Formats: sequence, structure tokens, C-alpha cells
Amino acid sequence: MEAGLALAASFATLIVALLLAGAADQAGGQGLVLTYRLGDWPTNVAIVLVADRLSALMVLLAAILGLLNTASSLSRWARLGPYYTALSQFLMMGLNGAFLTGDLFNLFVFFEILLAASYGLLLHGSGDRRVAPGLHYIVINLAASLLFLVGVSLIFGVTGTLNMAALAEMVGQVPPPTRSLLHVGASILAVAFLVKAAAWPLGFWLPRAYDAAVPPASAMFAIMTKVGIYALLRLSLLVFGGEAGESAGLGREWLFFAGVATLAVGVVGMLAARDMRRIAGYSLLVSVGTLLGAISFGDTALLAGALFYMFVSTLGAAAFYQLSGLIGPEGGDAFEDPPTLEAYDPEDDGLLTEDDERAVAIPAPIGILSAGFLICTLIIAGIPPLPGFMAKFAMLGPLLQEPEGPMSGAAALLAALLVGSSLLALIAMARAGIQIWWADPGRIPPTIRLGEAAPLGALLFGLLVLTFAIEGPYSFIQRAAMQALAPSQYSSAVVEGEAGP
Amino acid sequence: MEIVLAAAIGVLTASGVWLILRPRTFQVIVGLTLLSYAVNLFIFSTGGLRIGAEPVLRAKTGSLEAYADPLPQALVLTAIVISFATTALLLVVVLVARGLTGGDHVDGREGKP
Repeated sequence: MEAGLALAASFATLIVALLLAGAADQAGGQGLVLTYRLGDWPTNVAIVLVADRLSALMVLLAAILGLLNTASSLSRWARLGPYYTALSQFLMMGLNGAFLTGDLFNLFVFFEILLAASYGLLLHGSGDRRVAPGLHYIVINLAASLLFLVGVSLIFGVTGTLNMAALAEMVGQVPPPTRSLLHVGASILAVAFLVKAAAWPLGFWLPRAYDAAVPPASAMFAIMTKVGIYALLRLSLLVFGGEAGESAGLGREWLFFAGVATLAVGVVGMLAARDMRRIAGYSLLVSVGTLLGAISFGDTALLAGALFYMFVSTLGAAAFYQLSGLIGPEGGDAFEDPPTLEAYDPEDDGLLTEDDERAVAIPAPIGILSAGFLICTLIIAGIPPLPGFMAKFAMLGPLLQEPEGPMSGAAALLAALLVGSSLLALIAMARAGIQIWWADPGRIPPTIRLGEAAPLGALLFGLLVLTFAIEGPYSFIQRAAMQALAPSQYSSAVVEGEAGP
Repeated sequence: MEIVLAAAIGVLTASGVWLILRPRTFQVIVGLTLLSYAVNLFIFSTGGLRIGAEPVLRAKTGSLEAYADPLPQALVLTAIVISFATTALLLVVVLVARGLTGGDHVDGREGKP
């Protein structure tokens, strides 16, 4: 019952996300910005939900990961404790809301929803190795949320509005004495987002926290850093875009520095990591760094490449986390049954017992797992011919044509780091592969459960298909980047309150 | 009035930051609570401080200048609820951590991590 409901809900979310992407894309090159005023209040007081192509793309990515998480957790991980599927759906609600909202304070509320759900998911299964990292994770995120509130209220105090579109139209006219206050507010807000996005030096919590969660939950968390990136991208393009007068391009250099540093730290971390889940965690840092570096340029072609890279690298890291769950205790997760668990479990039958494991074993586990490992490696490291390479290529092209960056030489530096990080990531992952597959010939092959392997297989197959059918999705992403860089359409659609569906 | 409020926010923030950096979970929780008080006061102050301004529209005559800005109050109410709820959640996690590790150090064990 619970399982069927969760699967149906995740599947419905995916279909709605596809329909939303179609609806946002229907008006040809210019695109359409769909707005929905909650409670049908007049435009100047309503809280709006806004969907343009960028939001729709993010919602689609979240929906894919949500379905993957739900489908692969049902056979084993969800029964390690109560309420796993319900918390996953809460996380989806927070993610979708954060991607679709057009109001800064509403964004805060959705952030809190998704964080509250993620606390539960991170601690799912309880036990020593989850509680200490979970405690750090919660404290860091609470502190970052308080920074978020300070930033939001400073911006509200200066401009008197929290609607992002109205803010965008107002920023150009803020008088000089209060303008610096606005900049302070926006910078504090950006720091809060950078904590969530795990940019250097604010991201040391990530590999340890994600390592502690159960594998399907870690795979789901792969998108949570991208919420921070999305918020930064949206605000810097919409509010501090070309029409912001003196405030245009606020903080671009800082984003670039944070990105480059995160990229470097992530790659070094990948090289130093000893097991698959740490490698996946640091590969998320690499992806965050690349994205921050790329969006700081504000160049259309580069942004399109970055968005595609975000899509592919998030799915790649999620697949790698899932794979670490399949390979089993190598990732450090023995199936412990902590004694504290029963106190929180309202039903006796919710817990996992040995005899009710629905284990439909697949033949040739090593062959299947190592093929999955190979695909993940190619995608994360960005090696041809898979989409990971295409995404990096799509960024390298515009970078080598010297776009106007935050400073001179930035494009060359980022391009060099992109290529270098591919090589080092390949070395790190090849070493991990050797340790897992070759170094220990006497190792008993793990049993793979069909329920866990099938969703992962479908995702990897989808990424393989994407290699051949890249044209349609990529042109959608290019249009999304074009639309995101022309924010006047977004703000006029929201402020004039054109009727949406 | 402004200087009193600013000093209160400053003292609360300073104490909160100091407590957050302490090694005991209880101190961290109290620190987070103090910080959230500071932030709540800060949000409240963005509407402008006024003495004797009416919070609710009574008559439809007169200008809006005489009334307090209702939006920061709504924001601060939301912020209070959310920080209260998440702090309660954190308390539960701290209790579990204490049960599992037998100590109240934030790293789960004493001494250097």
C-alpha cells in the first residue's frame, strides 16, 4: 500500500514535470513564463509560483531523482526504519517549491521544508555513524538558515518587497546611501546559499554527511546542493542582471573564486578518498565548483553547457551513490540493527528482518556492477563518448573563445581546471575500481536485488540513450539559458500578472 | 529606542556565536536559540521602529503612515515557528546522540576529532 502510493506519487511527479517543461517551452524561441498566484490575491500582494524553462528543468531533474530514490529504496532501505517514503515525498515537495517560487521568503520556507525532510532521511536507520554527522549537518544548516533570514530582511528593509520580479525592477532605482545596505543583504543571502551549495570554504560538511545517509537518500541529496546553485543563479541573473544599474554583476568575482577553489578542493578530495561514497561526495563538490565558475561569466553558450553539466553530473553522482549501496559493505554500511530504533517505530512489522528480504538475485553480479561502475566513471570524469564529456565540451567551447569574464584570464583558468579535473577524477575512480574489482579476487560477489538494480539500470540506460538523442534536450537547455539571461520577460510576466493556467 | 534594540541584537548574536563554537551540544543548542532570537528581533526592526503606531487598521480614514508595517510581523511569526520546530528536532537528535555515545560532545567523543 505505502509502496504503491509512493511509487505512484513519484511517477505522477515525473509526468507533471515533463508536462511543465513542455508548457514552459511551447511558445517557440521566446518561451513562456507561467505564473500562478497562490490564493488568487492581486499581483502586488500575492505570493507567486513561477515556471520558466530553468525552473522546469530543475523540477524535472528533481522528479527523476525522486522516482529513482523511491523505486530503489522500497526493497530494502526504506524498511530500515519508519516513514522513509513519506519523508522522501516531503523532500520532493520542498525541492519543487524552492525551484518554482517567485518570492524570497517563500523560498526560505521551502528550504526549511526540504531541510527538515533531509534531516530525517539522513538519520534514517539511526546508529552511531549517522547521528554524529547528522548533528553537524543540522547545526550547520540551522545557522545558514539564520543567515538566510538576515539577508532576506535586509533586502526587505531596503526595497520593501520580497517578490523577486518586483525586486528586479526596483534594484536599478535604489538611492546610493541604501544601495550598499542592499549589497550587504544580497551578499549575506549569497553566503547562506553557498553553505547549502557546499562551496569552499563553507562545504566541509558535505562528504561526511552524505556518506552517513543510506545510499538512496544520498542519491537524492545529490540535488540538494543544486538548490543553492539554482537560487544563486536565479538571483544573480534576475536581480543583479544587466538592468540593475550600478548593482549589475554584483559578486561575480567572488562566485568565480569560490567556484575555482571548490573545484580544486573537490578534485584533491576525490584523489584522497578511500571509498566509493567519499568519492561520490567529492565529485559533487567538483560539480558545484564547475557550476559556480561557469555561471559567474553570464555567457549564454557557457550557461547552457553548465546547465547540461549540472543535469548530467547530478544524475551521475546519484547513480554512483546507488551503486555503492549495491556493492554493499565495501561502502562501509554493514546492515546493523541499532537497538535504539525500536523506541521510535510505531509498528512492529516496519523493520527489516532476515526472512522477508525480497531478494531476487540477478546472475553475473560482478559483470553488471562493474559495467555500471564503468558508466558512472565515464560520466563523472567526463570521458567520451558519454554525456558527461558532451557537457564538459559544451562548456569548453565558449570558454576558449574568451567570453567577457569577471576578470582577465578567468576563462583560461577555468578551462584548464575543467580538463585537469577530468584527468584527476579518472585517476581517482580507476584506482577505486581496481581496489573494488581486482585487488581482492577472493571476495564474495554481492547479491543484487532486482528491485534495487532495476531503477539504477534504467537511469544508466537513459544516460546512454541521451548520448545518441542529445539534440532535443540540449536545444531545450540552450533555450532555457537564453531565457534565464533575458530576465525582463520573467519580471514583466510576474509583475503584470498575466493569467497563467 | 534604536540603540537599545541594536545593542540587544548585538549582544544576543555575540553570545550565540560564542556558544555555537563550544564543544557541548547543550551549549550549541542554547547558542542557536539566542541567534534565532537575535534574527527575529532583526527582522522585526526592518519595518521601522515606531512608538504608539496602531498595528491594525481601525478606521478607513487617515493615511497608512500612522500604522505599523504588518509584513515584518508576519515574517517574524513564520521565522519563530520554523526555528522553534527545527530546534525541537535538533533536541531529539541530541538526545539520541547522547543515548548512543554516552556523552554530550558534538563530535560524539571527547578530545581531538
